[in-house]
Amino acid sequence: MIQLNRITAKFGFIVSFLFIFSLFVNTVSAQGDADQGKALFQTNCSSCHSLFKDATGPALTGVEDRWPSREKIHAWVHNSSAVLASGDPYANALFAKYNKTAMTKFQGILSDKDIDAILDYIKSAKQPAAPAAGQSGESSQSSGSDNSLLYIIVTGILLVASFILWQVNNNLKKLADKKEGHAAIGHIPWYRNKKIIAFVAILIFIYVGFWLSSNAISINRQFDYEPRQPIFYSHKVHAGINQINCLYCHTNAQYSRHATIPPLNVCMNCHKAITSYSGPALKDAEGNDIDGTAEIQKLYSYAGFKPGPGAVYDPSKAKPIPWIRIHNLPDHVYFNHSQHVMVGKVQCQTCHGEITKMDEVKQFAPLTMGWCVNCHRTTAVQFKDNGFYSIYEKYHQELKDGKIDSVTVQMIGGTDCQKCHY
Amino acid sequence: MANNKHWQSFGERKQTKGFQDANKNEFREELLPFEDVKGGFLNAPTPRRDFLKYLGFSTAAAAIAAGCETPVRRVMPYVNKPEDIIPGVANYYATTYVEDGEVISVLAKVRDGRPIKIEGNDLSPITKGGTSARAQASVVELYNTARLRFPTIDTKEVTYEAIDKAILSELAGPVAILTSSVTSPTTLEIINSFIAKFPGSRHVTYDAYSYQGILEANSTTYGKRVIPSYKFENAKIIVGIGADFLGTWVSPVEFSYQYSKNRKIDEKNPVMSKHYQFESILTPTGASADERILHAPSETGKVVAALLSAVNGQSASGISDKKLLDGINKVAKDLIANKGQALVVSGSNDVNVQILVNALNEAIGSYGKTIDWSSVYNTRQGNDADFAQLVNDMNAGSVKSLLVFGANPAYTWYDSKKFIDGLKKVPTTISFADKNDETAQICKYVLPNHHYLESWGDAEPKTGYFSLLQPTINPLFKTRQWQDSLLKWSGNATTYEDYLINYWTAKIGGGVTGWEKALQSGVINPAAEVAAVAVPFNGAAVQTALSKILSASSNIELVLYQKIAIGEGQGASNPFLQEMPDPISRATWDNYIMISPALAKEMLGIDLTNEGQTDNYEVNVMKEVLKLTAPNGQSIELPYLIIPGTHAKTVGIAVGYGRTDKIGKAAIGSGQNAYPLATFVNNALQFTQGGIKLEKTGKTYKVAQTQVHGTYSSVIGGKREEVIKELSLPAFVKDPKQILEGREEELKDFGGIDHFVKQGTIYPYYDKPGVHWGMSIDMNACNGCGACVVACNIENNVPIVGKDEVARFHDMHWLRIDRYYSGDLENPNVTFMPMLCQHCDNAPCENVCPVNATQHSQEGLNQMIYNRCIGTRYCANNCPYKVRRFNWADYTGADSFPNNQDQVAVGKLDASVHDMNEELSRMVLNPDVTVRSRGVMEKCSFCAQRLQDGKLKAKKESRPLKSGENDEWDVKVACQQACPSDCITFGNSNDTKSAVSASRHDNPLRLFHSLEQLHTLPNVNYLAKVRNTDIEVEEVYNAG
Repeated sequence: MIQLNRITAKFGFIVSFLFIFSLFVNTVSAQGDADQGKALFQTNCSSCHSLFKDATGPALTGVEDRWPSREKIHAWVHNSSAVLASGDPYANALFAKYNKTAMTKFQGILSDKDIDAILDYIKSAKQPAAPAAGQSGESSQSSGSDNSLLYIIVTGILLVASFILWQVNNNLKKLADKKEGHAAIGHIPWYRNKKIIAFVAILIFIYVGFWLSSNAISINRQFDYEPRQPIFYSHKVHAGINQINCLYCHTNAQYSRHATIPPLNVCMNCHKAITSYSGPALKDAEGNDIDGTAEIQKLYSYAGFKPGPGAVYDPSKAKPIPWIRIHNLPDHVYFNHSQHVMVGKVQCQTCHGEITKMDEVKQFAPLTMGWCVNCHRTTAVQFKDNGFYSIYEKYHQELKDGKIDSVTVQMIGGTDCQKCHY
Repeated sequence: MANNKHWQSFGERKQTKGFQDANKNEFREELLPFEDVKGGFLNAPTPRRDFLKYLGFSTAAAAIAAGCETPVRRVMPYVNKPEDIIPGVANYYATTYVEDGEVISVLAKVRDGRPIKIEGNDLSPITKGGTSARAQASVVELYNTARLRFPTIDTKEVTYEAIDKAILSELAGPVAILTSSVTSPTTLEIINSFIAKFPGSRHVTYDAYSYQGILEANSTTYGKRVIPSYKFENAKIIVGIGADFLGTWVSPVEFSYQYSKNRKIDEKNPVMSKHYQFESILTPTGASADERILHAPSETGKVVAALLSAVNGQSASGISDKKLLDGINKVAKDLIANKGQALVVSGSNDVNVQILVNALNEAIGSYGKTIDWSSVYNTRQGNDADFAQLVNDMNAGSVKSLLVFGANPAYTWYDSKKFIDGLKKVPTTISFADKNDETAQICKYVLPNHHYLESWGDAEPKTGYFSLLQPTINPLFKTRQWQDSLLKWSGNATTYEDYLINYWTAKIGGGVTGWEKALQSGVINPAAEVAAVAVPFNGAAVQTALSKILSASSNIELVLYQKIAIGEGQGASNPFLQEMPDPISRATWDNYIMISPALAKEMLGIDLTNEGQTDNYEVNVMKEVLKLTAPNGQSIELPYLIIPGTHAKTVGIAVGYGRTDKIGKAAIGSGQNAYPLATFVNNALQFTQGGIKLEKTGKTYKVAQTQVHGTYSSVIGGKREEVIKELSLPAFVKDPKQILEGREEELKDFGGIDHFVKQGTIYPYYDKPGVHWGMSIDMNACNGCGACVVACNIENNVPIVGKDEVARFHDMHWLRIDRYYSGDLENPNVTFMPMLCQHCDNAPCENVCPVNATQHSQEGLNQMIYNRCIGTRYCANNCPYKVRRFNWADYTGADSFPNNQDQVAVGKLDASVHDMNEELSRMVLNPDVTVRSRGVMEKCSFCAQRLQDGKLKAKKESRPLKSGENDEWDVKVACQQACPSDCITFGNSNDTKSAVSASRHDNPLRLFHSLEQLHTLPNVNYLAKVRNTDIEVEEVYNAG
């Protein structure tokens, strides 16, 4: 009995050791504040302009060299048609070159100062080195967080050690018994030792039970799910290289529970002009080469659009693209994007991962309840900035008194069941 | 406090054995089919092998259901997203619920292109944002599988081109257009221009439940064949004579609001209107009355005549019943004392009675004060005489074409055979019915009309008050608005939509903007509220009317009445209305003969003082069937229900039942048609008649009543004082603090009211920083109309369970309106108490759940987590309010396994339940609320989805939540929104300025919590019912 207790004690120690060890897995990377100009560029300009590539509008690098003065640029951004009407030759040439697509008026939206900030950003931005073919920069992912091998080795060593100690203990006991003159009990091999058999049986039962239930729980979970979409749409190209704001396409993430996949006419806003792909080489998950231009052609076939001079896009001829849904929550879960994006000011990447580095999107987060709740436990709400929370007088007082330093989602009831289940 | 005992059922009143057994065995279920195992498992009803079979099946099924591969789910975005639609965000469009004479301005909540809920339109000065049960349920009709889907000629599908051609070649004058009351000014114009095309044609208006009497009386005495506006809010004395004005009479939603204004009392100055109701059967209006005075239907004329003479200073004569006479004298005294502040309304359809009522109102100076001629109702225009003439003409062959819209005389006319025979003699018959109703079935051409949510239109319920209709969804089927057909056939090429827009743009002014603004608000109101107007009274007819008053009958008499939910029969196809318990009888899905306890004892030998007989009648869902025969030989066989408050010699039957599945699965097997029992006297339909014979048939019939569901033993002498508090106004004035002191006395051992929260329990106290939801229900304003119940059902995807399941106590309503009787068994006081989850801060249900599926939130919500629930039902068992509902069967089709609905253990579900699971019917489901599957407990969530939405709105605007301060609302729960009398207040009780805090703060003397002494700490409070009566009713019927 004593031995068994010791063994369990040891085993317990190992288990708790491993458990504590496993807690040291945490990767949160802080992000520096984005430059104001960059932010303005991304919200206002990036849907039509890229820095280094002509899109709906021209590439903006060197824009200051092309215009006589910043004032002219201010005028153009504020009201391009007025500049055109003034007969500016460069402006008119530009207008003609870009299919006579008028630029949005930013009068009242962007101040001169804002435009200057954007121009400063454009000036400072450097063209990223095009990655060499075949080396798409994902090697940094693998190392780092996987400590399972270490666990196994440590466990193995400890198991062997405890087995040896147990054997030594046994032998010493036998010797002691012999010395004291007790009748030697017939030797029972360890594999017929009932205690050991019982112990192993319980262990197997626990393990199999755990394995079964954990697998059963994960049925229908789609972590890492990366289906082949009807069109090889690369978020890396759009959101990463061309820096299109997430909300330009997923507009409704601001207003609705659904972020919504953009309607086809949003794609065609840009792709009426962008008919071919000329960025870095694309590869799918299996490593096959993807022809970007051919993928754009697929878009046209859905849109019923034939590119060419004077081509007109007619939405009535288009068919919707049957995208495959990746992020799925069960029907009994209510999730609201606008709550998180607008009120919580959570970055899209927090739940969707580094979208700007994914070609085809895969499910980054497990989307399990534990994952949701953990975030709600640790994330602070916009407590001081949002007038809604003014009614939580108790917390305001505690903040003032320094009793707490932030108010988490949990503290305002964010882990209550009926926040998501109703 | 009045020393009355409140009872919901006869068994409770007598504390019978049946009642007590029912209390103990709450779920009344045979459990699993493995019981009795005496004599070994093999001899058990379900042997071991069956057990293994079940086990094997469930394991295999679970494995299959779980599947192994990720299913591919497609997501289809818009090609070109409409600018104003955001998937997941609801849009609200102002439109108007129009169904025959019912007109209610509403907002349609449209989610992703589908209307899913009806809300009242606050901008309407008539309804003030109130709705009715039928308006709430009307959205379900849009998705009714029985809707006609295409035009037909002799039941064969045709195109509109073909049918137009056929009709135009055949259509010949004289044409008769038969409609129910048309309130739309444009439609009337179109009808008139159509009639002008066919000389000799006419437009006949026919309302199934006729208002001929009052219309003709007004025509005689005021020269106007209309019903004037009533202003109940100006009346201190309200006398109803058989008029169910809070339930079905003329404009109940409007009247409920007006009426409730003087019923909610200011505690500092407790005055309220006094409502007397003379009636023969117990109506919801009578139930709300302060004093009810019973009389036989045939005595109505005499009662009015006696009142008139008493008010005029003579003695009331011709009344032999002492109680009635006393009542009349008392009422007359009050009327005289309150001249100019009193109102008498009568539901009689006898023109002479209504002339006397007019004279009475003249005598007490109602006109210009409580009756207003400046605006009159267009909703009740039906003319029985015209219609009878039309039927005669049809039979004589002098009508060449008949166009029917709205009206359904083949079902509702007392002599439907004559109408049908006449219709067969009309060469061209055209129906515009949206369902294959009894009249459409015999018409040659059927061109189904749009549902109102698909229609353009306008309505003028009262002169000067307009309400507009706009489509909220594309037509689901090949239907066409009937106005379009009329325009086309009269050679007008414009569509009705253009016609309407042109008409209103010209009338409103301000061009397109003016029209769009009007359409957006949904209503066009008079510039200023007009002062009440009186018109000269022509009293010449009064003497004649007096002489024509019918003599009373000594036989048993019959009253045909409308139920709030079913109306004239329009609600029969709607499962939500069928399943809504009647406010009085608490019965669903059927009509029945209502008889008085006295008659039951005298005729049927059921003595309600006898325990055995009471239980025998009440516990059994199979009710005895009686055969009722009218003097003209018409008969009907229906089960009877004993309803206290019915006149001893009167029986009541609801119209609107006995229809077929042609109008919807919900109508299958529900009740019998009582319209043939109406009579046609002096050119007016009469819904009462004497000389009735009742016989036992020996048959029985199942009636699904909910009144004894969810009962529980009362602790304090079975009086229910701890559940419901009621007192009379004089008692309240005399001792205003009695309720407060009573509570203090009861809680004094636990710290009194102030410290009860913390000292009454061994559990710790939990803070509710921020929001703490609370509800306050004013029982003085509730008249049991049921709008909240239906609103709740539709908002929260509460399933329809069907009659058989209701009869098995499986009703699923989250919100019920408990009806309590007290006092005299023959004429009891009735109190309504909306009962829903009380969201107890110390909830008994929460700590008994073994899987933590019900918990408390920081905002004070008692949360139910369906996906965790394993169905032990401990929570329901432990709930003192009996508001938890268990999904005994897969009512919604939400289970993972298909065809799981009709199992041996569960029983076969009714057709109407299956019907609600069709693809089409399911379109009405609220996508923000989980559709519960079998084996899961559910209950009121305080509309959690609305709370979350409201908070989100406030957060996005970075401001505190608005819950009623300055009448600004981020959140209104469904029941609160629906209520026409504003008796439910809801909001953040932490916010001292919120409406709910104000309600609690302003009414400390009436405030109470149901079963407060249990320390459940409900977040729902009630304001005690105060009855404006000086009669303290003692139990009279107490021979046992």
